[in-house]
Amino acid sequence: MIEMDWIWGLVGGLMIGGAAALFLLVNGRIMGASGLLGGLVDGSGSPNRAERAAFIAGLVTVPAVLALLFFEPETNLTPNLAVVISAGLLVGIGTRLANGCTSGHGVCGISRFSLRGMVATVFYLLAGGFSVVIFRHLLGVI
Amino acid sequence: MRNVFAFLAGGLFGAGLLISGMTDTTKVQGWLDIFGDWDPTLAFVLGGAILPMAIAWRFAMGRVPALGGAFPAKPEAKLGHNLVLGSLLFGAGWGLAGLCPGPAMASLTWGGMGGLVFMAAMIAGMLAAPPVRVWVDGIAASS
Repeated sequence: MIEMDWIWGLVGGLMIGGAAALFLLVNGRIMGASGLLGGLVDGSGSPNRAERAAFIAGLVTVPAVLALLFFEPETNLTPNLAVVISAGLLVGIGTRLANGCTSGHGVCGISRFSLRGMVATVFYLLAGGFSVVIFRHLLGVI
Repeated sequence: MRNVFAFLAGGLFGAGLLISGMTDTTKVQGWLDIFGDWDPTLAFVLGGAILPMAIAWRFAMGRVPALGGAFPAKPEAKLGHNLVLGSLLFGAGWGLAGLCPGPAMASLTWGGMGGLVFMAAMIAGMLAAPPVRVWVDGIAASS
């Protein structure tokens, strides 16, 4: 199964890109997970609240149905709640400060050669790598 | 109609995240862990996702969205401290738990209590971001 992982990664990736392409070409919108949710959370996205909510409804329910019918997926998230809470806070603040996450800056930004998207991706990949090195290999908390 | 297609795009995104392995935090951390047992899966996910989107951006040139309106203009190539600091904070949290916003939502119903706690903390962080931005801008302006 391990050696099949890259195929699943590629197929899933094409689906992610296909979803971003659909949302762009039909709705004329950037598929950024943090921006779509963040605009609902802080009210800045109220002009298209329904469209955001519909996107998130699809994002939550379709994997829920797939998980129920075909897979028994695991997130393998650490049971250490202090780590989970710290990580959630960092992801929430960081993605809103940077105006994007892996989907917005990474997928939608890089694919149009946006300088902001490429720079953001370099910095969050670097920070992610450092984070794993520090918290896994040096401190041993994850 | 906009909402129907938004739901479909969200659903396809979620299915892709699940199938690609992005909702498995060990795969994400395995990709970030270049000094450990490195897992290259995420390179295929990101590459696979960028390809159709690059074609979509090319196709969008000189056209309008199917449901009307206009395509989002390319943002000014202005970097700024918030982009860099925000990406560093986001990346640190992403490495720490192995979840980013999309997979956190895609795994919401089956990710257990930990996933719900992550989601709540992420929303709290999103609410905290505007005052943090004002604070950071103040420091940047005075230095």
